[in-house]
Parts: sequence; C-alpha cells; structure tokens
Amino acid sequence: MKLPRWFHQLGSPPYVYRLAERLSPWLGGLGCGLLAVGTVWGLVIAPPDYQQDEVYRIIYIHPQTAYVGMMAYVIMAVAAGVGFVWRVKLAHAAAVSAAPIGAWFTFCALCTGAIWGKPTWGTYWQWGDPRIMFEALLLFLFLGYLALRGAFDDRDKADRVTAILAVVGVVNVPIVHYSVEWWNSLHQTSTLLSEGGPAMTSDMLIPFLIMFAGFTLAFSWLLLRRLQAEIIEREGNARWIRELAVEGAP
Amino acid sequence: MSAFHAVFARDLRVAFRRWSELAHPLIFFLIVVALFPLALSPTTQQLREVGTGVLWVAALLSSLLSLDGLFRSDADDGSLEQLLLSPAPMTITVLAKVAAHALVTLLPLICLVPVTAWSYNMPSAALPTMALALLLAAPTLSVFIALGAALTVGLRRGGSIVGLLVLPLTGPLLIFGTRATDLSINGEPPTAPLLFLAALAVLAVSLGPVAIAAAVKVGLE
Repeated sequence: MKLPRWFHQLGSPPYVYRLAERLSPWLGGLGCGLLAVGTVWGLVIAPPDYQQDEVYRIIYIHPQTAYVGMMAYVIMAVAAGVGFVWRVKLAHAAAVSAAPIGAWFTFCALCTGAIWGKPTWGTYWQWGDPRIMFEALLLFLFLGYLALRGAFDDRDKADRVTAILAVVGVVNVPIVHYSVEWWNSLHQTSTLLSEGGPAMTSDMLIPFLIMFAGFTLAFSWLLLRRLQAEIIEREGNARWIRELAVEGAP
Repeated sequence: MSAFHAVFARDLRVAFRRWSELAHPLIFFLIVVALFPLALSPTTQQLREVGTGVLWVAALLSSLLSLDGLFRSDADDGSLEQLLLSPAPMTITVLAKVAAHALVTLLPLICLVPVTAWSYNMPSAALPTMALALLLAAPTLSVFIALGAALTVGLRRGGSIVGLLVLPLTGPLLIFGTRATDLSINGEPPTAPLLFLAALAVLAVSLGPVAIAAAVKVGLE
C-alpha cells in the first residue's frame, strides 16, 4: 500500500512546524472569534431556561471544557500509542503538548461544574458522585502522566514509558462519558447526544454548538503552539531551526 | 508453560527467603486499621458504617508497600535482563511474577481483612462477601501495582510516584468492592458488583501483562 506524500511528511518536524505556523493564525483567529460570538449569543441573546432560568447559561462553557479535556486525553493517548509503536518522535512531542492543556481544561470543567452545582444541586462538590469522581480521576491521570515524565532524565525513555501509561488510562474516557447513564449521578445526562436529537431548542442550540466549535479550534491552536515549542526544544540544534532563528530575527 | 512454572517457583522461593519483608504490608495494614478508630473515636454503630471503606482503603494502601520487590531487586542484580533475553515470551514471565507476588502479598492481606472486619463489629454474614470481593479484586489490583512498578523500574527513586499512578486507577475496584460489601450488609444479593469485579479481573489479567512487559522492556533499555 502506498501512502500519500503528505502522510509521510507529518513525521517530519520542519514540515509540521511550518504547517503549524501557517495554520495557527486561522485556528486562533477563527476560534477566538467563535468564542466571542458564542459567549455574547449564549449569555445575552439566548432565552432563559424554563427550569433553571439564568443559571443554565453556564452550559455554554462547562460541557465544552469537559469535552476538550477528554478529547485532549484521547489525542494524547493516540499520539503516544503511535509514537510507541512506530517510534515517531513527533507523535511523542504531540502527546506531551496535549497533556498540560488537557489537565487545565479538565480542571476548568471541575471548577465550572462546581459553580453550576451550587445553585442547582445545592452543593459545590459531592463526594462519591460517579461523574465528578471519574472526571477527577481524569485530572489525576493527566497529573500522573506529567509527574512520571518529570521523573525521567532521559527524554526518549520518558516518552516511551509515559506512552504506556497514557494508553492504559484511555479506558477512563468512555467511563467518564457514560458514568451519567451507568450510575445514578446527580449530573444531568447529555443534552446534545440524547435520544431523539438534542434536548434544546434551536435558539439555545446554535450558540451551544458555536461554543463547541470555538473551544475545539482554540484547543487546536493551543496544541499547535505548544507542539511548535516542543519541536524547538527537541530539535534545538538542528540546522533548520538555526536558519529559522536567523530568518525570524528582526 | 514451563517458563511460567520456573519463574513462579523462583519468585516464591526468593520471597520466602526474605519472609520478614512480607510482613511489612500486613503490619502497616493493621496500624492503619487501628489508627482510624483512634482518630474518629466512633461509636460501635459508626465503626460498622465506616468499616467497609476503611478496610478497603487500608488494604489498597498497604498493597502499595510491597511493590518495590516486584521488579526493582531483579532489575538491580541483572536477573530481570536475563529473563528478558530468555526465549520465553516476556508476557508469560511477567504474568508468573505478578501471580507469585499476588500470592505472597495480597493473599495474606485478604486473610487478615475478615478478622479486622469482625473487630470493627461488621455483621459476620457480610464477611464472606467481603473476602470474595477482595479475592476478585486482587488480580486487577496486582496488575495495576505491577504496571506501576514496571513504569518506574528505570527510575532511581520511583517509590513516591507510584502511588500517584496506581491509586487513581483503583477507583473502580473500590466502587464495586465496597458496593458488594454494603449490599450484603443490608441483606441484598451482591451478585452484580461481584460480576463486575470478575470482569475487570479477566480484562486486567489478559491485557495487563502486555502493557507491563512493554514497560519493563522500555525501563531496562
């Protein structure tokens, strides 16, 4: 089987660095634009909820952060797995870049969830609630991954060892997602992926989806920027980076 | 299969030659179990209520203590590298080591739990369920512990980090294990959580050795 040329090029640091450089302004601009539009639409224009009134408006932030956290874990695990099996160094760099972003968004999901929980459930934090516990577990997996990385001096070894941890931990992602259906959680079930279509009217749904798109693009932008930094750190002495530094100098 | 037997028998022999080390996790378990009533100064009724959780968490924590003996000493004296060079597949070797480790460290711990549960005034009808739940959780737990030990085998000081890696993964075990015990205390059938624990054990024992073997290989590179 012959793979297309661009596929092979994805393993080449200079190619990916330049690709990221070209894509970044688009992803960043479009992502931040969508976030701005979605925020105003969701917080000001969209009608209040019949049950939760104005409090529900955090739905334009909270599910999106949780989704980005889980997506970051999956990206990290897939990239780490690819790096482990085919020994692609760039894939390891991508996995390392995704980890801190994912940890931060998972933390934000826990925080926004706590803020939403106080007015609706009457408590910021419910010990033993399956959704909260498994989301916290996701955060601990990110932190464990980063801690294990930090313990190694040798970067190649750290890449390969932490890849195994990342791949093993991926079983937690479906558990987080389905925890609201498998157990009796305080957490409401998914609004978007519910049976018989989204459980929202379109004047709420459109800003909701705009925020999802905005968070996804903004995450991709952050990921590419971190990946560029990681590439520079790893390939620091390569000729093309020195040339880049000369080109980029004012 | 002969490789499995050879490694299994060797690990048992090595473990029993250093039998005093085997007692450390057990003593640690007893101390943790004794500290909780001191800290809470509970009534008999309260002790019975917190008993399940305290015993499970104490068992998890003390099982972590034994983890250095799994790969570290073999890696230090080079015998782990010899095992890696042998024609036997590393997954089988790892499975034998994990099985031997579980037998000498987790089994005595599980035998201790019903005794301490009884001292916590838990109803004796629930003790068989508790022991069964622990037995079903043991394979998964030992696979997680071995994974933590394997991931840190290349590190000089891996001890403190292993807890960060292993303990979060044990969450599901804790949920199903304590649920089974609580159900049988209330006189309801604990079948469902026990079956979940069994399913996790099958999954862990069949997939875990692959990941552990990979981690050991990378760690020794």
